[in-house]
Amino acid sequence: MKHLALTGSLLIVLLLELVGDFQANDKKVFEIIGFERFESMTLERSEKLRVYNFWATWCAPCIKEMPYFEQIQEEDKDIEVIFISMDDGRKPERVTNFIEKRNIKSPVYLLNDVDYNKWIDKVSKDWSGAIPGTLFIKPDGVRSFFEGEVTYEELKSMISQLK
Amino acid sequence: MRKLNGLFLLCMMTVFTLSASAQDSQGYKVGDKASDFKLQSVDGSWISLSGLDNSKGAIVIFSCNTCPYVVAYEDRMIELHEKFATMGFPVIAINSNDEKLSPGDSFENMKKRSKNKKFPFAYVYDKSQEVIKAYGGTRTPHVYILNKEGNDFVVKYIGAIDNNYQDANAVTEKYVENAMEEILQGRKVSVESTKAIGCTIKWTKKAE
Repeated sequence: MKHLALTGSLLIVLLLELVGDFQANDKKVFEIIGFERFESMTLERSEKLRVYNFWATWCAPCIKEMPYFEQIQEEDKDIEVIFISMDDGRKPERVTNFIEKRNIKSPVYLLNDVDYNKWIDKVSKDWSGAIPGTLFIKPDGVRSFFEGEVTYEELKSMISQLK
Repeated sequence: MRKLNGLFLLCMMTVFTLSASAQDSQGYKVGDKASDFKLQSVDGSWISLSGLDNSKGAIVIFSCNTCPYVVAYEDRMIELHEKFATMGFPVIAINSNDEKLSPGDSFENMKKRSKNKKFPFAYVYDKSQEVIKAYGGTRTPHVYILNKEGNDFVVKYIGAIDNNYQDANAVTEKYVENAMEEILQGRKVSVESTKAIGCTIKWTKKAE
């Protein structure tokens, strides 16, 4: 009997852990990717306006504008916000710790390819490479790029102009 | 009909003016003549292109104290100066960040940074941001190689230092060094412009 109770409580603990893990995975997406993967993501079909924000944990203006992207994502389900980190791919814990601490809800990918000149123009000819920068992709595939920091109002009006 | 022509002309003029001003805001392109500047360096001296002794040009790098990409490239900037200054192409590092928005980039902190890293090159402060606006720099580090032709300083290369900020030993394309070799040999620069991820310039906010 004692044995059974012990097994039972162990099972419950195990179950609880599984549920916890599942919830954590469900909430937070983080992955290290190369440029090819990023490009194929952007070429996928989507009915939503996709908003790819390029940022890094050390970039003060990036961190300042991040909550606006999260807020607008909360308010508007017709858009999809995706954060693309330019952090050092050898130290992904900087990004995962940041996601935890700031409770970032939108998916985050660390684009780990430092041969920048090979791919910046493929993201947008209008991007010089400075971060923060934001790529908008409309459902019909048309792209536009904004380089620099945005306020909540600026981001909101950019999105409404593109919709 | 005449009225229509007039309207057409007005439209064309507007389009032209708009495109012209858009180009101005983008700064220099390769082949443009760079304007001179006079900016104070961390040692107190005033640096200008025309005031460089025995120069054949300059490697102008928009830089700062606070950007991790700059920090990763500081040793390579020192090497570029040591290699090319004796051949007439000194490095001039220019910080254009607003010190109110980025206190780490104040002139005092530039002096500290230069002292700690023993910069052998001039590290000047573009407080008014006029120089970076004229050049069209958008990020740090952002390199402009200038070649002296008569009394003009002609832009020969715009872009990154090389293609791997993380690891100097893993670099496969040394953009600035290659361009410099070609300039010194009197050849055309084969890769005239490149892009790289960099830190945005901390632009002074206009008083409203």
